[in-house]
Amino acid sequence: MFWTNIKRIIRTGFFNFWRNGTVSLASVLIMMVTLTVVGFIIFSGAILNTSLDAIKSKVDVSVTFVPTAAESDILTLEHKLESLPEVALVTYTSREDALTAFKARHAGDQSILTALDELGSNPLGATLDIKAKDPSQYQSIADFLSGNNVLSSSSVGIVDQVNYFQNKTAIDKLSGIITGAHKLGLAITLFFAVISILIAFNTIRLTIYIAKDEISVMRLVGASTAFIQGPFVVVGIIYGLMAGLLSLLLLFPMTYWLGSATQNFFIGLNIFTYYLHNFFQIFLIIIGTGVILGAVSSALAIRRYLKV
Amino acid sequence: MIFFDRVSKVYPDGSKALEDATLSIEPDEFVSIVGQSGAGKTTLLKLLLAEETPTEGSVFYESTDVHTLGKKQLNEYRRKIGMVFQDYRLIQDKTVYENIAFTMEASGKSDAEIEADVPHVLDLVDLGDKIWNFPNELSGGEKQRVAIARALVNQPDIIIADEPTGNLDPMNTNDVIHILKKINDMGTTVILTTHNKGVIDSLGKRVIVMEKGRIIRDDKRGKYFI
Repeated sequence: MFWTNIKRIIRTGFFNFWRNGTVSLASVLIMMVTLTVVGFIIFSGAILNTSLDAIKSKVDVSVTFVPTAAESDILTLEHKLESLPEVALVTYTSREDALTAFKARHAGDQSILTALDELGSNPLGATLDIKAKDPSQYQSIADFLSGNNVLSSSSVGIVDQVNYFQNKTAIDKLSGIITGAHKLGLAITLFFAVISILIAFNTIRLTIYIAKDEISVMRLVGASTAFIQGPFVVVGIIYGLMAGLLSLLLLFPMTYWLGSATQNFFIGLNIFTYYLHNFFQIFLIIIGTGVILGAVSSALAIRRYLKV
Repeated sequence: MIFFDRVSKVYPDGSKALEDATLSIEPDEFVSIVGQSGAGKTTLLKLLLAEETPTEGSVFYESTDVHTLGKKQLNEYRRKIGMVFQDYRLIQDKTVYENIAFTMEASGKSDAEIEADVPHVLDLVDLGDKIWNFPNELSGGEKQRVAIARALVNQPDIIIADEPTGNLDPMNTNDVIHILKKINDMGTTVILTTHNKGVIDSLGKRVIVMEKGRIIRDDKRGKYFI
């Protein structure tokens, strides 16, 4: 009996969906907009995260050593730094490498290259580029570098310059912006999600309002709650599935069109490529949201008409 | 079989729809309830269906107070009653077949029973050729006959017909009353409310007259009297 009832509920749901063509189409389109918004919330989250990661990775502390500093002293410091819990990565650039990079950077500028040749010796010091695990940790790394740790074995200062102190204001500001952007992004996401869910919920409520007389008749012929509610929930699920599939389709041309713009504007994230690479997860999120939204809206909306 | 024990109903707006009504209906009876609009006929039926709860008194069906039934028992109880309304109340996006099959599905009948019984009951109301039509493709009389077939298909103990001829011409009225009589002859209790004098007079069955929420007459073989 249980399976017969399930079969009947599903069949009736499909019939109701098909026969109320116009209402179904309108509901599917509204839900499609909601789910497309959900899609864009996913993309904006990805853009935000990628941008933040990119910005974070660009922030570092660079220590330039005096040209006379011994390489062994620098490497000892590098090891000390690497053992700090705040430090994610330390990159050592030797004096020679710094010179090669400098020459490469100014390959087109003959006057600079000539000036360098006239100096005879390498004027550049070695550098250590230090990346912290989190932007807020640069202060403690900078404090470490200003202490006694940076003396050579003969207790002579070997650090020429720590750029953190020059960049401090910029880094602090950036840390603030990153935290703020995270909070704002979350608030906007919630706002749009709530609004679009309310719209979809109300659309489904209207479709059930249209059927309220039929629901009361079903009650009077002795149909159980599950038997009345079931087909409406099935219709809600079909709305969610159809709307989800349509919005997944719609996101292809939309992300394709916006892809190059986001790539240029947001530090290299092409949302079309992102969409393709994460299609399976996005598919699950959008279809899942659609199905849950449709089913829950229907089940909630029908409740008030079941009281007879 | 049915017993109204000093039942009163006051709606939340303070209007008294039924006052101290006591009434019993025996199996196989054909009872007509007459009275002007607002006399309390429909309230009486709603109380019987447990669609409304009484302010005072109780309504019994075979020694069970119908207003104490749980949800599941209430559904089972309602399946023993077939309802026919003035405005038919067919489900618009279901075919004639599906409208009738729905009540059988709701009461847990098997597919084989449904496939056998629906055409049979439609033949009984002479609508065998409209089985795949939708309600909006039928005339008023045909819709009411579908509603009767729907009320009948679960072989209920009672058929309640609330002004079933109110929207019909004399010809269709006769058809509907004829079908209800036939159902009664086969052993089903019929409760009919109507405004139609001709119908009551031609039936020659029990007539209950209501006025302002009170039962003022109850004749075994009554005539239309207001």
